Amino acid sequence: MISKLNIDASIVGKARGAAGNIAEEVQKFIEEHTTVTVERTVVRLLGIDGVDEIDTPLPNVVVDNIKEGGGLGNGAAYWIGNAMVQTGNTPQEIAEAVAKGELDLTKVPAQKLEDIQNSINGIAQKTVDRIGNNRKKREDFISNVGEGKKPYLYVIVATGNIYEDVVQAQAAARQGADVIAVIRSTAQSLLDYVPYGATTEGFGGTYATQENFRIMRKALDEVGEEVGRYIRLCNYCSGLCMPEIAAMGAIEGLDMMLNDALYGILFRDINMQRTLVDQYFSRIINGYAGIIINTGEDNYLTTADAVEEAHTVLASQFINEQFALKAGVPEEQMGLGHAFEMNPNLENGFLWELAQAQMAKEIFPKAPLKYMPPTKFKTGDIFKGHVQDAMFNMISIWTNQGIQLLGMLTEAIHTPHLHDRALAIENAKYIFNNCRDLGEEIEFKKDGIIQKRAQEVLFNATNLLEQIEKEGIFSTIEGGKFGGVKRLRDGGKGLEGVMKKAEGYFNPFVDMMLGGNK
Amino acid sequence: MALEKVDLTKVKPYGDTLNDGMTQVSFTLPVPYGDESKEAARRLAIKMGLEEASVVEAKDLGVGYTYFVVYGKCQHTIDYSTIQVPKVEVDTMEKEEVEAYIEKHIGRDVVILGACTGTDAHTVGIDAIMNMKGFDGHYGLERYKGMEAHNLGSQVPNEELVAKAIELKADALLVSQVVTQKDVHISNLTELVELLEAEGIRDKVVLVCGGPRLSHELAKELGYDAGFGSGSYAEDVASFVVEEMVKRKLG
Repeated sequence: MISKLNIDASIVGKARGAAGNIAEEVQKFIEEHTTVTVERTVVRLLGIDGVDEIDTPLPNVVVDNIKEGGGLGNGAAYWIGNAMVQTGNTPQEIAEAVAKGELDLTKVPAQKLEDIQNSINGIAQKTVDRIGNNRKKREDFISNVGEGKKPYLYVIVATGNIYEDVVQAQAAARQGADVIAVIRSTAQSLLDYVPYGATTEGFGGTYATQENFRIMRKALDEVGEEVGRYIRLCNYCSGLCMPEIAAMGAIEGLDMMLNDALYGILFRDINMQRTLVDQYFSRIINGYAGIIINTGEDNYLTTADAVEEAHTVLASQFINEQFALKAGVPEEQMGLGHAFEMNPNLENGFLWELAQAQMAKEIFPKAPLKYMPPTKFKTGDIFKGHVQDAMFNMISIWTNQGIQLLGMLTEAIHTPHLHDRALAIENAKYIFNNCRDLGEEIEFKKDGIIQKRAQEVLFNATNLLEQIEKEGIFSTIEGGKFGGVKRLRDGGKGLEGVMKKAEGYFNPFVDMMLGGNK
Repeated sequence: MALEKVDLTKVKPYGDTLNDGMTQVSFTLPVPYGDESKEAARRLAIKMGLEEASVVEAKDLGVGYTYFVVYGKCQHTIDYSTIQVPKVEVDTMEKEEVEAYIEKHIGRDVVILGACTGTDAHTVGIDAIMNMKGFDGHYGLERYKGMEAHNLGSQVPNEELVAKAIELKADALLVSQVVTQKDVHISNLTELVELLEAEGIRDKVVLVCGGPRLSHELAKELGYDAGFGSGSYAEDVASFVVEEMVKRKLG
């Protein structure tokens, strides 16, 4: 592709190389460690589900039991496999026995390693096949029924009640939405377990549970058949349970997951060691399940200035790309994030936004970029808000973005009302249709404002990446280089759930899902 | 022709002629699109007090619900002349003036803690007031000379904020509440006041809350010294805090 921005490919190569080295350095740390949620994910993928009599999820019961016995470094799969060989029971039966206090996994006499691996691998393969089938089902639906054109119209529902969410989601699909994201209940990201069952109460969102995923998937398939488009379902694979949510989503046929390598560290104060280990396994699962990950660079611009800190967004996109590649996520599934967040009073601000969006598209040509709407400078003036969203939509169609999180005219006021969403969809459909091939027709003036801005941002991002390459990602975050937020290596939530792998650690899913290209 | 004078005891909406009452409203009714639903919207507008209501747009929302835009002439009036609204009493100073004020009247660093408390994860408000960069050209408190500003971020439990306040000997606490569904902010804000009272430090700190749904009146009612709504900047909050400190001899 010829660069409309006159971007120097060798600088892009330098930036990408630096990001690759940054990820490689962290990868060593990741491979030496596991976490409680990684192990609970293994437990879930082995078919264990449900809660005990005080509503503690069985995956937590099992992993806590192994942790208390000091055996988590071997991996939950080892202990469950060991108990399977000894008792001849299924993983679910074993988990129930642990919950009743009838079985202590690390006290079961050690069986032959080969037998353990054989019994685990058989079950693991079935789950992996089921996830592969979900992927195929999605592809079949799209080829038989169809899908919306890119940029996909992405809207949010957040009533707190999954059944009310279904009504809003189906309405949005009928109005033209292509992606429905069910916002999670506030603070779910800080729970070190995943709630169980269908839920009807939540603050500012609806709990992500496997049952809620199933209910919404079914509703979207129904409405998708009706409107003749596959409707994608999105949720949040972030917080303290990243890989567990990924596993639940993969099993229930979700299509997109918010899944950033650094977001939890910066914006939820989750310990950085924990998040880096968790994101790896969560992305392996998402990658295998054909789920598009959405990264959270837009968040930097809510705490930092969109003009001055534009290069940190690009630098983070490079880093997210490299971490995703390590986990086997293909470029086509990388919804790298960015946002339209410059102050609307800025002279020529639209040109700078355009430069940023075009630059991201040229640097990550295969990635379905996730473009986030104006939020920071939205006010109670809903009419102006609607115009801001129109400007944002214009850039998206012009620069061929992949996923358009629709701006709401009432952004600064409340979670969207039914008609707010309808107006947002209408706004985007009008502009996307009316300007469909604008990008094909227009080139930018050589050395003009737009070209120069893009070159400057790329230059600064490359410098930042080279600096991080020298310092390492841990120190960079400790120094507050992203989003102006400082986090300590041993600070934040969830550090107690990180541990070193022991000799003979066993997690069958990494190899099965990465297909041997670890 | 002289324009008619506004009667401040009987004020009503203005479209293009004084006292025409012209008002626009939009809403959704949970009934299917059609002539019946348009008539329903018109009748509802009349019940709202809009005479000659006219439904100028009706749109099918896809779930058997319909969205309307309606115009009508408001028949009610308001006596503007007797209205009084409690406001934060503060002479807002510029950043440099606040800094000089601290030096002259307090003579030491003012310690301010800010946080989005409870389940609220939306830090836009507290960041706009506290972060170095500030918002829209107004620098945040972190940049003020003579202020030691700590932004504790989002989802801070009230207990943690109070513990931090004691540890750092805070002079002022700023609490931001942005997401306020189901009135969760009210109980959360009240709880903080109760905790501060239980620890015996309520009268030792200037306690301020802010957010799009918080008025000064509501803040006072909940036991806060001030409440700042949308459109407030760091210097408004800073001026209030330092003036209040001097007034209450907390320096």
